[in-house]
Amino acid sequence: MNAKITTSNSATGKAIQPFSAEKPLVDAVIDVKGLTKKYGDRTVVDDFSIRVERGQIYGFLGPNGSGKTTTIRMLCGLLTPDAGEGQCLGFDIRKQAMQIKRQVGYMTQKFSLYEDLSIAENLDFIARVYAVADRNKVVDETLARLGLSTRRTQLAGSLSGGWKQRLALAACLLHDPKLLLLDEPTAGVDPKARREFWDQIHDLAADGLTVLVSTHYMDEAERCHRLAYIAYGKLLANATATELIQQSGLTTWSATGASLHALAKSLRSVPGVAMVVPFGATLHVSGANAALLDLSLKPYFDQADYRWIKIEPSLEDVFIGLMNSATDNYQ
Amino acid sequence: MSASSILSMPGGLFSWHRFVAVLLKEFVQMKRDRLTFGMIVGVPIIQLVLFGFAINTDPKGLPAAVVINDESPFSRALVRGLENSQYFKFTHRAASEAEADRLLKLGEVQFVLVIPADFSRQLQRGERPSLLMAADATDPSATGNALATVNQTIKQVMDRELTGTLATLKSVELPIDLRIQRRYNPEGITRYNIVPGLMGVILTMTMIMMTSLAMTRERERGTMENLLATPVRPIEVMAGKIAPFIMVGYAQVTIILIAAKLIFGVPIVGGLLLLSLALIVFIAANLSVGFTFSTIAKNQLQAMQMTFFFFLPSMLLSGFMFPFRGMPDWAQVLGEVLPLTHFLRIVRGILLKGNGFADIVPELWPIGLFMLVAGTVAMRRYRQTLD
Repeated sequence: MNAKITTSNSATGKAIQPFSAEKPLVDAVIDVKGLTKKYGDRTVVDDFSIRVERGQIYGFLGPNGSGKTTTIRMLCGLLTPDAGEGQCLGFDIRKQAMQIKRQVGYMTQKFSLYEDLSIAENLDFIARVYAVADRNKVVDETLARLGLSTRRTQLAGSLSGGWKQRLALAACLLHDPKLLLLDEPTAGVDPKARREFWDQIHDLAADGLTVLVSTHYMDEAERCHRLAYIAYGKLLANATATELIQQSGLTTWSATGASLHALAKSLRSVPGVAMVVPFGATLHVSGANAALLDLSLKPYFDQADYRWIKIEPSLEDVFIGLMNSATDNYQ
Repeated sequence: MSASSILSMPGGLFSWHRFVAVLLKEFVQMKRDRLTFGMIVGVPIIQLVLFGFAINTDPKGLPAAVVINDESPFSRALVRGLENSQYFKFTHRAASEAEADRLLKLGEVQFVLVIPADFSRQLQRGERPSLLMAADATDPSATGNALATVNQTIKQVMDRELTGTLATLKSVELPIDLRIQRRYNPEGITRYNIVPGLMGVILTMTMIMMTSLAMTRERERGTMENLLATPVRPIEVMAGKIAPFIMVGYAQVTIILIAAKLIFGVPIVGGLLLLSLALIVFIAANLSVGFTFSTIAKNQLQAMQMTFFFFLPSMLLSGFMFPFRGMPDWAQVLGEVLPLTHFLRIVRGILLKGNGFADIVPELWPIGLFMLVAGTVAMRRYRQTLD
């Protein structure tokens, strides 16, 4: 390893050192090892380790019930891990939950501000709880930035999904946190609002804020600096989006043509085919063994009904591949 | 095809299948909610036990003090005769009338019997000596039956005691001038007792219910997670949630006091400042109970049920509805634990008897102790995590 090499983080514009296992960096905002959480006999999070550097946007992906929310809750002190240790913002996640809470902005999956308080009252409450200096000014500025100044007396419960999300994010940012934990923040939000949301996340990360965000959207995953894929409580992959696609070793063929449904049905039983996924008018056929896949698909290539193109697997292909290979410990 | 097929036709007015679907779902949900299930069984049992065993509207063995200024066989016969009537139990022998009055004021005894000096001499001379029986009539129903029997009991004693030459004194008229004083409520007006008592009952009900809903609402609406993620500490949440209800409590008390004075004409003898001091402790005790419930209840319905579970014995065992001293010992012990029992004594003492601070201390500290215990449980139960 060449120690002189420094990669430039495009978002922060700051030089960051490459990861080195021997020499832990001081700039890790989250550094946890072996986190485990059990509910009864069920292990929801199993031996989870992660390291998130300052200014990074870290994406958390995984199927429903894979332990994303539980992990996030353990990181901000809402849940006590059954095993494991580590630090968040330099504080022990077991003993210093209070200090962590002061510097973390946590946006819950479900809207958790008070629906029977007005927009301004909600912000004022949060600002008071965090003892934000210059409270009135900060709240006014936040309302102005959100474009909600004229609607400040409107009840939060009457806002639409997109506005609720914007308000919740604004509330998380009131106390100027160093780390943002976002639990599926854009679920049920329209594409434009999602785009704006992510632009803001990137602006914040550029200013040095670290963001850990869980999502089910592939376009959002691609906007993260680094991704962690969790399934059934286990961390299955941890890399950049490009690396994940490369490491997957998947070969993907895309087929277009008529009666794709019938094609998909027959391909599912063919050796070497790991996944057959319809994407609108195309069918993605992937397998880990390129040679075997090509051999198996050969008879289909000759059929005039279909047009075949070899493509780079999409992130979604990679994740569905990961999901299929993981054993479901809930069954 | 049976006749029911018309009813169970799809899209008909009443579908048997849809009805059964809802019915089964309700049973499954009822079975899931253990607390509700417990209430269905628990409430009838509690009511049966309380009404069947604990409640007695004809209290006997009521504590009484006697002031004997004339040591004589007649005096002893009187005391013994009253005790034999089973309504009275002379627990104190006071040296003076003033001391006996103080016992009455503190609620240590419910009756004071004063046998004047020269009692037996006057009796033997047929001068109809006066005999004073003073009763604490703040709760007329608690003393009513006992007082009603006094005349008859004394007549029986006299018939037995006046023998020989004295037998001539036996007449249709009682050879004694029996004076019964109903203290603090001379006319025996029930509402003088009920209205101040209602203050405690209303506060118990509303304070516990409102606080028990306060935390459960946060949990049910999902705002709890956000609250827990902030640096707010449990004590801050608890104090912040309880303080507004203390004000609500005072507003209720003000309404009740105004109504008591203007509509019901309840005499307000004691100091209202002292009453407000006692109120703080009482309200805080109830709020701690409510807060404890809210940390246990999973939803608002459970919180309401727990409130009811606490409220029912409070109503029945505190002496609000039925005479406290009429209950068996085990029920009295249970009653003594409840804050309402002590608060009723305080509020009646202050409003009707004009009790001062020193007089209410024996009733105030048990409420304070209850508050401390309930508050500690609440703080321990309130978790800063979602575990």
